[in-house]
Amino acid sequence: MNIEHKQQEIVEEFSMFEDWMQKYEYIIELGKDLPLIEKENKDDEHLIRGCQSKVWLHATVDADGRVHFSADSDAIITKGMIALIIRVLDSEKPVDIVEADLHFVKDIGLMQHLSPTRSNGLASMIKQMKYYGLAFQASA
Amino acid sequence: MIAEAGHKTSTDFMKVRDDFPILKTKVNGFPLVYLDNAASSQKPQQVIDSISNYYSNFNANIHRGAHHLANLATEMFESVREKLALRIGASKHEVIFSSGTTDSINLVATVIGHSMINAGDEIILSEMEHHSNIVPWQMMAERQGAVIRVIPVLDNGTLDIDAYRKLLNEKTKVVSVVHISNSLGTLNPVKEMARMAHEYGALFMMDAAQSAAHMNLNVQDLDCDLMAFSAHKMCGPTGTGVLYGKEKWLEFFPPFRGGGEMIEQVSFRGTTFNTLPHKFEAGTPDIAGVIAFGAALDYLDSIGMETIAARENELHLMQEQRLLEIDGLRMIGTAKQKSSLSSFVIEGLHPFDIGSLIDQMGIAVRTGHHCTQPLMDRFKVNGTVRASLAFYNNEEDVERFIEALKKANSMLR
Repeated sequence: MNIEHKQQEIVEEFSMFEDWMQKYEYIIELGKDLPLIEKENKDDEHLIRGCQSKVWLHATVDADGRVHFSADSDAIITKGMIALIIRVLDSEKPVDIVEADLHFVKDIGLMQHLSPTRSNGLASMIKQMKYYGLAFQASA
Repeated sequence: MIAEAGHKTSTDFMKVRDDFPILKTKVNGFPLVYLDNAASSQKPQQVIDSISNYYSNFNANIHRGAHHLANLATEMFESVREKLALRIGASKHEVIFSSGTTDSINLVATVIGHSMINAGDEIILSEMEHHSNIVPWQMMAERQGAVIRVIPVLDNGTLDIDAYRKLLNEKTKVVSVVHISNSLGTLNPVKEMARMAHEYGALFMMDAAQSAAHMNLNVQDLDCDLMAFSAHKMCGPTGTGVLYGKEKWLEFFPPFRGGGEMIEQVSFRGTTFNTLPHKFEAGTPDIAGVIAFGAALDYLDSIGMETIAARENELHLMQEQRLLEIDGLRMIGTAKQKSSLSSFVIEGLHPFDIGSLIDQMGIAVRTGHHCTQPLMDRFKVNGTVRASLAFYNNEEDVERFIEALKKANSMLR
């Protein structure tokens, strides 16, 4: 399943929610379930400083040239959003990550979490994911 | 008598809400509950109209023109200076227009640095200062080789006045302290603190960004040397504010920015500067903003600052009582003398998560460090939720805020 398919799948899932509460309850659940970043990677080097919540992000590339992300945040809703973004971009090729247009965030009505206020570091996180993609592309 | 006044004001305040068009806004399908007044107040129609009226009928550059409109605009602009001077007990030429509190503090820190700070001199700030009353002083201290001393904050969110007394010494040149903390709501004893600073010959500056919206300030009574505040927290427009300074200091300080308006004679051999207040007002000011600020002051006075304070206290009391119903809530800032805001954390929850969820229910609060990171470190929190009230809020706002908090609390558990 490619990035576009995964985005469509998420949009479809979210279309079943009847109100904002169901939507956020789901994101909170995702946040709680997000596999934590390895302890040794939850350091300042992997920290993306938002104005309010912090995000830690790490990436590796496997033998097939596919990128794997692990991440964490101190805020649960931010974590839930991270889980969705990782679901879309994980196990993809660097070039596809660099070129990805994450329209699903807008489609499911959560664009305010990517607002330029930098409040939760998510916009910076996506940028950082793309930088990882670029770096892996260059080293491939 | 208090009950009677309370009853009367609550009836009047129903009408007051109609003056603020934005209060009819819906957010995420819910009527807006605006509890971020400490960040910026909303604007009554009178202020909004004043801006449009200025541009529609009076727009011209001030002070220089010899034509009808220029004269009218100058008169309108200068009448606001008079209004402000009267309001705070100052002389007209002691009221300098700036772009806001931050701008005023930068002005003061810069000119004091140039004129009276030498290596080893000391500047006293407090642990509860907004970044705008920390960073300009740090920048200046670094340039001049001066040292910054910090008054600690006690557990209840008040300043440690004994520690302040010990910090003061002959090397202290300036004390700059917030009047009402934007993060805690604490009302600091500035009059007493100014007196103590003066015993050592130090200047006392007061950041009145929060307090100017809630009470009458009199610089004679407080005996502060310098005071800064912003229009946008007082129902006025953004981009305009005030620096008050005692005449003797403003005369003594060198100019801040160079440009038109602040000069008397310019030649390439040298320039002589204009008299106060123009010496500190280089370039075309925010004329529309200042005139609308005047409309905001008239608006506040039409209700009365004491009536405003009484109404805000009434709502704040209700808010603080109702917040006790929230499981795991810890109030940050429990001073006896506190303005109309509540800053708190809920154990185990991130303020940002709480803010995001209650925003879904139309509630606007501020979450985060409120530009007071040293204070957050002091209380060992990564931020707080801050609900700040204004006189145009009502009991229903508080009610909906508490209900939303309860819902968010249960969703996040």
